[in-house]
Amino acid sequence: MKNFTETTSDDKQLLTLENIQVIYGQRTILKNINLSIRSGEFVGLIGPNGAGKTTLLRVILGLIKPTQGTASINGIRIQGAHRRLVGYVPQKIQLDPDIPLRARDLVALGLDGHRFGFPLPNREKRHKVDEVLHAVDALRYAELPVGRLSGGEQQRLLIAQALLSNPRLLLLDEPLSNLDLRSAHEVIQLVADVARTRKIAVLLVAHDMNPLLHVMDKIIYLVNGQAAIGTLDEVVQKEVLSKIYGYEVEVLRIHNRILVVSEKEDECGMEAQCDHKIS
Amino acid sequence: MITKFLNFLLAPGLFQSPQVAHALILGSVVAITSAIVGVFAVIRGQAFAGHALADFGATGASGAFLLGINTLWGFIGMGLLGGLGMDMLGRTPRERDVTTGITLSFMLGLGSLFLYYVTTKTTATGAPMTIFFGSIFLVNPSIVSIVIILELVTLLLLVILYRPLLLSSINPDLAYTRGVPLRTVSLLFMSALVLTVEQSALVTGALLSTVLLIGPAAIAIRLTKRLGTTLLLSVFVGLVTMWLSIVLAYDSAQLPPVGRGWPVSFFVVSIILLFYSVIYSFTTKGSK
Repeated sequence: MKNFTETTSDDKQLLTLENIQVIYGQRTILKNINLSIRSGEFVGLIGPNGAGKTTLLRVILGLIKPTQGTASINGIRIQGAHRRLVGYVPQKIQLDPDIPLRARDLVALGLDGHRFGFPLPNREKRHKVDEVLHAVDALRYAELPVGRLSGGEQQRLLIAQALLSNPRLLLLDEPLSNLDLRSAHEVIQLVADVARTRKIAVLLVAHDMNPLLHVMDKIIYLVNGQAAIGTLDEVVQKEVLSKIYGYEVEVLRIHNRILVVSEKEDECGMEAQCDHKIS
Repeated sequence: MITKFLNFLLAPGLFQSPQVAHALILGSVVAITSAIVGVFAVIRGQAFAGHALADFGATGASGAFLLGINTLWGFIGMGLLGGLGMDMLGRTPRERDVTTGITLSFMLGLGSLFLYYVTTKTTATGAPMTIFFGSIFLVNPSIVSIVIILELVTLLLLVILYRPLLLSSINPDLAYTRGVPLRTVSLLFMSALVLTVEQSALVTGALLSTVLLIGPAAIAIRLTKRLGTTLLLSVFVGLVTMWLSIVLAYDSAQLPPVGRGWPVSFFVVSIILLFYSVIYSFTTKGSK
């Protein structure tokens, strides 16, 4: 295990990616990504399917070694797994619905799931688990089997387990997919509240930016392995997006919603935007 | 009537027979380990792998017969080889299924060649029956203590792996980012699975060892919500099944053909099937 000594806490840049490039064989997945996230910022990582969102996330998690460039957290270069500073909320649990595990047990794994040996119950551990269950408003179903819970409820548990390691950065991989609109809004509000009270930076991956408009401090718009980063007004405009899409796109603002459309609708490289073209 | 039944169940000589004593010890340790490892195998979706490992072992056991060494070593040796291969070759579940399927067919073919030699060139004509359907009463007493030690090693492995194994089953990426050494955990669990399945094969036979692995585990998973309780219930079901089967198999010597007992494995699979059907119909009705 690598030793991560934290640098001074007034260090402003929490996550920094410099010239990140990921190439698989002939395919370039990420081209020259440069970005940084400050402590406490809420950042949306937005882009159509196949844009490289997951790859970027995996680079930050230390699951993929970039072909070129450096990624660092709190001034320390990311090499392999690092569990101290980053909390990871995977898209879903990959288990049978019959799994004999209560919500509480799943969350507790966020605290000591990496430790060897049989887990012994202790009061301090129970207290910590209760605290995060409370933070995500999941105490009601703490004793129920995980498999019986809805997608939104499971998502809350996954957020809770990620909070247990006291991360500085919370990474959420498409937490809104498979959720109905109401649960999606609840999850977003929850993440925003928790992040604000705990001063945690958030990087949330989604294919649609609209549900996040009111919470995002910054947006990373990723298309074809190229990223534009900045505030919403800086990034989501015709010139910037046309450049990374590689063809002319229009940005429409209607009823507090933003739609990105182009003439090449048949291609629908912007699948997410095509979704609510009619709405 | 009751005394007559009890007299049949606890037949004269049952507790005097050293064969029965050995069978009870061997059966118990095998049932306990299978029940515990089985819960994890079912959770991880490796029940089929467990079955494949037993078949790999059967080829090793056939080879052992040919060489005149104890079949336990054949079972374990070939099982480990198969387990390591399966762990290294398959990345996606489908890839693993296909690779396992093809290798498995080859291994069983090789086993048939070994058994052809064993049955035609030696006097051990019962070898195929012993390997595929088990022979708990015929196990060499000298092997009992070895089995106990190996089962303890297996259980120790499970105690050590408990949390990382669970976390990596829930989500491998999550486990990795938490610092779980995924490769090591999956290899060690595979080794535990091999040891469990192969020793169970010694008792119930290669073809039927799967039932001890997944039967009690599946029943326990259906009835419980907490892993700790699941493991305890699984062990309980496994032990009761094993003890009842051994006693009934001993008693069956009084049934035709008189003088030779029916195979223990027959009783094991029957009892598990009975348990499972009752619980299945009960729990399915309850949830609707």
